[in-house]
Amino acid sequence: MNETAAPSNEETNKNGSSDLEKNTTFETLLEVHNISLSFGGVHALDEVSFDIRKGEIRAIIGPNGAGKSSMLNVINGFYHPQKGSITYKGNERKKMSPQVAASQGIARTFQNIALFRGMTTLDNIMTGRNLKMKKGIFWQMLHWGPARNEEIHHREIAEHVIDFLEIEPIRKTPVGRLPYGLQKRVELGRALAAQPDLLLLDEPMAGMNVEEKEDMCRFIIDVNEEFGTTIALIEHDMGVVMDLSDRVVVLNYGKKIADGTPDFVRADQGVVDAYLGVSEK
Amino acid sequence: MEIINFLNLVFLAPFVEMVSYPIFFSEVIISGLLTGVMYSLVALGFVLIFKASGVFNFAQGAMVLFAALTLVGLMEHGFPIWAALISTIIVLIALAFVVERFMLRYLINQEDIILFMATIGLTFLIQGFGETIWGSNVKPLDLGIPSESFEVGGLLLNEFDLFAAGSGAILVAVLAVFFHYTRIGRALRAVADDHQAAMAVGIPLKNIWIIVWSVAGFVGLVAGIMWGAKSGVQFSLSLIALKALPVLILGGFTSVPGAIVGGLIIGVGEKIAEIYWGPLVGGAIENWFAYVLALAFLLFRPQGLFGERIIERV
Amino acid sequence: MFYRETGQFKSSYKADQAIFPLSQDRWFILFLIIIAFLVIPLTASEYLLQAVMIPLLIFSLASIGLNLLVGYAGQLSLGTGGFMAVGAYMTYKLTTAFPEINIIIVFILAGLISACVGLLFGIPSLRIKGFYLAVATLASQFFLVWMFNKVAWFYNYNSSGTITAPPRELFGITVTGPTATAETRYIVVLAIVCVFALIAKNLVRGRLGRSWMAVRDMDIAAEIIGIRPFQTKLIAFSISSFYCGLAGALMVFLWLGSAETEAFSINESFYVLFMIIIGGLGSILGSFLGATFIVCVPILLTNAPQLFGLSMPIDLQKHIEIMLFGFLIVFFLIVEPHGLARLWQIAKEKLRLWPFPY
Repeated sequence: MNETAAPSNEETNKNGSSDLEKNTTFETLLEVHNISLSFGGVHALDEVSFDIRKGEIRAIIGPNGAGKSSMLNVINGFYHPQKGSITYKGNERKKMSPQVAASQGIARTFQNIALFRGMTTLDNIMTGRNLKMKKGIFWQMLHWGPARNEEIHHREIAEHVIDFLEIEPIRKTPVGRLPYGLQKRVELGRALAAQPDLLLLDEPMAGMNVEEKEDMCRFIIDVNEEFGTTIALIEHDMGVVMDLSDRVVVLNYGKKIADGTPDFVRADQGVVDAYLGVSEK
Repeated sequence: MEIINFLNLVFLAPFVEMVSYPIFFSEVIISGLLTGVMYSLVALGFVLIFKASGVFNFAQGAMVLFAALTLVGLMEHGFPIWAALISTIIVLIALAFVVERFMLRYLINQEDIILFMATIGLTFLIQGFGETIWGSNVKPLDLGIPSESFEVGGLLLNEFDLFAAGSGAILVAVLAVFFHYTRIGRALRAVADDHQAAMAVGIPLKNIWIIVWSVAGFVGLVAGIMWGAKSGVQFSLSLIALKALPVLILGGFTSVPGAIVGGLIIGVGEKIAEIYWGPLVGGAIENWFAYVLALAFLLFRPQGLFGERIIERV
Repeated sequence: MFYRETGQFKSSYKADQAIFPLSQDRWFILFLIIIAFLVIPLTASEYLLQAVMIPLLIFSLASIGLNLLVGYAGQLSLGTGGFMAVGAYMTYKLTTAFPEINIIIVFILAGLISACVGLLFGIPSLRIKGFYLAVATLASQFFLVWMFNKVAWFYNYNSSGTITAPPRELFGITVTGPTATAETRYIVVLAIVCVFALIAKNLVRGRLGRSWMAVRDMDIAAEIIGIRPFQTKLIAFSISSFYCGLAGALMVFLWLGSAETEAFSINESFYVLFMIIIGGLGSILGSFLGATFIVCVPILLTNAPQLFGLSMPIDLQKHIEIMLFGFLIVFFLIVEPHGLARLWQIAKEKLRLWPFPY
């Protein structure tokens, strides 16, 4: 793991993020290298490289259609890039199914909520524990002895998540009936229940009011600090991004245009141009 | 030894037979094509409704039966054929109206699968209704079209079958023009794409649905007349509709040409299979061959021959 | 007033995860079981057992099977009749070839064979979903019924093409064949149905059930949290087929006594589908309610006109029955897609407040 960490440090130093932050180590958890992804003729991602360090909050920003969501989809194995490589926990991989990604500790939430609408909050969060449950079908049929103990053990973990996100009252409500903000929270809960090493959040605060945003920020910071979970998030609210994240990568039209600390990125002329547009000279 | 014999029976003998009796083989193909036209007609009704409302209308078969039953029933009560035809069409429009008013309206924005199951219920409802009114005995349908056979270059052809194929072709052409070049056709396609967006630009959803169900009912009537004239109007007509389902899989749910080509492939395929391979396994493989063919096809091309590829996003 | 959860606190997750967390429910179900096992066999007439209770239980079992697949895993199947046929014909083959094997074990084995067949016909679910899949399952319906009709080996080359239940004993009592009494057959069916309903309930409230529902509600999201959709669907197909096969076996051996392939036609598939729609998709209780409903309505229809001194021709009755079923399906899907089970739940919620609603 240290081998991959060393060169990436140099790279980030160039980008101006040499200052040490709170719990960020210099150990690289994930590195994407020269990723290119296209659908038919459309280039969603074009030679994008960056890394995510263990324990940091990494923001991916950019205008609409910049390829941010595609990037997350590549990281958790839902899209397979045509070119480039991904190194996760020191192992390089070419192709990987979402299941393998999940079993290696990558969890995520979605831009458009992807909850299981017919199931209760508790059941949704319990699905996050699915991969950790090992008892075979025979025991499940009996729902007795080892299977029941296992169920209870995981229920405890799920309840812990419910506690953490302060959603106890809606434990047994089908999520389809919940308001938008709470659904987003349940979705975060489902991802947290898997106790991930890397948490990918796709616009966790989209469409929320200020209060809900504040709550969500608090949860994200708490997750990061209490559990030491590494977080990569996409967000459009610049205030939130600048406050939350340790480092920011900026994409535009599938290309990386800046990478560094929030302050560094904010000062970058390319980023300003991308967001505000360049006047013709 | 037995294995070789078996392989010969399955993989060689049927082909040898095809080649050695080319005229018989052509007749098999032609009769398959003509059956295929009938399947296409039924499948067309499915495609129309699916294209325009995104509803997979399982009841299309029942509509074929209902339309034919009504026509024959009216003729039995002394209606001349033109009056019976017009009355039947009016009844079908009324049916479309009732379906929209009392069923579809309440199922907007439900999941596809719920709508599908609702149409299974509708199948039973229409079928039971038709038979309650008109009875369930087999009724002959005589349109006054000759069904003599004649020979062309050693091939035996049937006038009625040619008539059926011809009217099928005309119907398809008219529908294609209707869909592509008229205002209503454009509105239909818009509704198929997105109910809400279509309503937002001022397309009256209700009327569109009534129109498309009426058109599908009319197509069903044509199919019902053809089948009915051939084998009498009876319950089994709605089973033929089940045959149209593999046709849809083959052709794609949204494609009119797909329904035609799919129908022809299924028609010819099952005839050939029945005649050359059927005896090996005891016959009557027509019952399932189309499904297995479609199933095998699905594994390689899930969207059908002419269907649109679906790209999934998160 | 009597149906209240107030004061019933759960102090452990174990208690909270019980099938019936409320004590009233537990008493009620216990009461039902006692009635079903003791009161009914002692008091019911042969007609009631043979025409109502036994088919009701058998179709409940088939409904549970289909509900696991359609209601929980979200895979619509129209092949129920075909899988029921597999169970029935395999039981026949096994028990005629090995008469010494206990009939219950034969039922289970036949169910397992049926599960394997279901697995095979579930493979298309890898590539297709929704009504494409529904059409694909019709292939299994038509192919299997055709096969049992045409291949004489399955009915031991007898001339009539019928399979007949031979007499088999359980604990020294004849349970199948013409000499078995309706009471014994009822008890055996009831016991089997109770056991497998419990198993189904256990499955759906555990990990597997959650995976099924996850795949049903959003298969892509399920995939991303680490559920393998294909594997999950295949398990659903095979377990569902096991239940349907078992129901088919019970249908021939403990209810009808003999059957031809017509007994497993496409209409059978539709009826079982109707049971779960009317009873409630995604509910084990609903499977029972739906089966009860569909079994009882024709009986009521047959007897109702006589009560009013009217007579109705048989085929008119049949047509009205078909129409009524169709109407009810549409009605339920519009008004209450979760069926009778949901209505029951609403009634219970009302009961909690009754008789002081404010």
